[in-house]
Amino acid sequence: MLEIKNLHAHVGDDETEILRGVNLTVKPGEVHAIMGPNGSGKSTLSYILAGKDDYEVTEGDILFNGESMLEMEPDERAAAGLFLAFQYPIEIPGVATMTFLKTALNAQRKARGEDELSTPAFMKQVKEKAAELNITMDMLKRPLNVGFSGGEKKRSEILQMSLLEPKLCVMDETDSGLDIDALKIVAEGVNRLRSPDRAMVVITHYQRLLDHIVPDVVHVLSRGKIVKTGGKELALELEKNGYADYVGQAA
Amino acid sequence: MNMETRSLKTSAETELASLFDGAREQLAGSDAVIKLREQAFSAFDERGLPHRRVEEYKYSDVRAKLKSASKLVAAGSNAEAKSALEAVETYGDLERYRIVINNGRLMAELSDIEALKGEGVTVSNLNAALADAQDEADGLLNVPSIAAADPMIMLNTALVLGGAVVSVGEGTEVSRPIEIVYTASTAGARYTRCRIELGKRAQATILESFEDNTAEAEGNAVSDFVIGDEARLTLARVVTGEAVHVSSVLMNIGGSAEVKAIGFNMGTDFARTQSFVTFSGEHSNASLYGITMVREKQHSDHTLVVDHKVPNCESRERFKAVIDDFAEGVFQGKIIVRPHAQKTDGQMMTQALLLSEDASMSNKPELEIFADDVQCAHGATSGQIDEDLLFYLRARGIPEAQAKMLLVLAFLAEAVEEMEDEGIVSALEGRIRNWLSVEE
Repeated sequence: MLEIKNLHAHVGDDETEILRGVNLTVKPGEVHAIMGPNGSGKSTLSYILAGKDDYEVTEGDILFNGESMLEMEPDERAAAGLFLAFQYPIEIPGVATMTFLKTALNAQRKARGEDELSTPAFMKQVKEKAAELNITMDMLKRPLNVGFSGGEKKRSEILQMSLLEPKLCVMDETDSGLDIDALKIVAEGVNRLRSPDRAMVVITHYQRLLDHIVPDVVHVLSRGKIVKTGGKELALELEKNGYADYVGQAA
Repeated sequence: MNMETRSLKTSAETELASLFDGAREQLAGSDAVIKLREQAFSAFDERGLPHRRVEEYKYSDVRAKLKSASKLVAAGSNAEAKSALEAVETYGDLERYRIVINNGRLMAELSDIEALKGEGVTVSNLNAALADAQDEADGLLNVPSIAAADPMIMLNTALVLGGAVVSVGEGTEVSRPIEIVYTASTAGARYTRCRIELGKRAQATILESFEDNTAEAEGNAVSDFVIGDEARLTLARVVTGEAVHVSSVLMNIGGSAEVKAIGFNMGTDFARTQSFVTFSGEHSNASLYGITMVREKQHSDHTLVVDHKVPNCESRERFKAVIDDFAEGVFQGKIIVRPHAQKTDGQMMTQALLLSEDASMSNKPELEIFADDVQCAHGATSGQIDEDLLFYLRARGIPEAQAKMLLVLAFLAEAVEEMEDEGIVSALEGRIRNWLSVEE
């Protein structure tokens, strides 16, 4: 589903490479975890996947279902089935959450040549999915993420993900800022979305999220390269020994 | 001597002078009114049309814009006015009373005068009132001191063709909004004036819709609000269209009164909305919002003078502008706090969203404070659409153009939602959406 080949990238005018040859293949149904110390390039990778234009890819390619994504606009990537759950979901004053959800869903459907969802059908879906994530109707009426707590913002991201039903979910530090109860709700939301047709890339600094969202494959990203790949036990090992063993390796 | 000599008149100014001479007979008014009109015209004639070297009109050069002065519009028949009215869409199916002013004259038969009378609101024809007016025109043509030097108001006083006097009785709460809708069924310049009085403890929502603004002739409207003690006024005004349009809002606020007002210049070729607000009684508050939405080569000017004459009043001035293509926005705001107006609280903010490289916004906020125990502040920002917000929306599948419009709508909605009344908020947001061509 996702193939990242020898990806090199830097930020805008700064020539310093942040990604220095990332290779990664994710098949449908798989959950991959990308772990790594701060500054290893984890968030950069997620932004590049989503198409943020602050970054420049200098070498390599990203294939999504066999087609290169590099020339696609962020909204085209989303309509093709890519979803990034942001580490810091941004506040958008003046745009009611409900309006935003409906606009996004219908824009994607339209881009795919599907009919727009009627308001009652949309409301039914939102209500069901919001209830599963403990999101109240009151929250949905508020402007997107404005005045939401850290946990509410992350739950709102997962709600968007479950409504948009992407093929590939990329989650950037979805556990940051969550207490243990909120973490459980979020993880359950994510686990409900696991399916043989859907792949997930979970980016995290800590192992604790992976107790709840159990990965098939764990990668260690350090200094812009994947330096080790293993099974879920690799996460436990990292938790025990830290990243010290890997920080030097990619140099 | 620093005296300005004006030997050369523009052709528009010459035409205005002969227009006034020619129209003197037909303009309504008692002798007292005629005298005021003549005084006003000669005061205007001394100054001429305001231009860029007149500080108050620095960014809106009416003299350069108005190449020639149109003839005064003739009165239209009821049938003509009716079809002009049917052609305009203002507040959709919002339940409201209507007062119709077509070609500058009150159309009594098309207005809900009887129904309003039942609510405790009297509506009369300005021209009838002017015909009977005694000394100083019974105050019908009064201009507050802060607006006394404005040439466009002088011109309005001299040439006013008609309008309405709307009086909301003491303690009356009007159950529906009252819309004053201005239409035009034939070409010609329109000089209109409405006086809206709210008696003590009265409550009313007034909507002013300027739908008469055709390219064929200029418009000059004065709306004179007199707000009694403990009264509450909600006001929404929309100016659209292609003509040179100057509208002046005069507002005198009594004690313990509350005002919420929003004024749109939406897609205006050359519009100036100028508000002169005077606090005459203590413990009142006014929220004054203004919105500019222009594109192509359009021009919108919001000018505001707030005069805190008495202590203990609060004013909030908030202006938002969305400017695209080569369009220009102007905001001039002045808060004056008189020597005895202690405990005044005035906060003024202007924000512009520039959607293109060539869009421009001129901001001139001013504070003139003569009292020492006050809280006043002003701020001004101009910026582009936030790239991070845009990316977030696009990452959710919303195409760039649609995402931008959503953010523009959000930017404006913050001010519109302050109007609180759901029907009005949704009608105004609908008009914004139409202008932006955004689907709901």
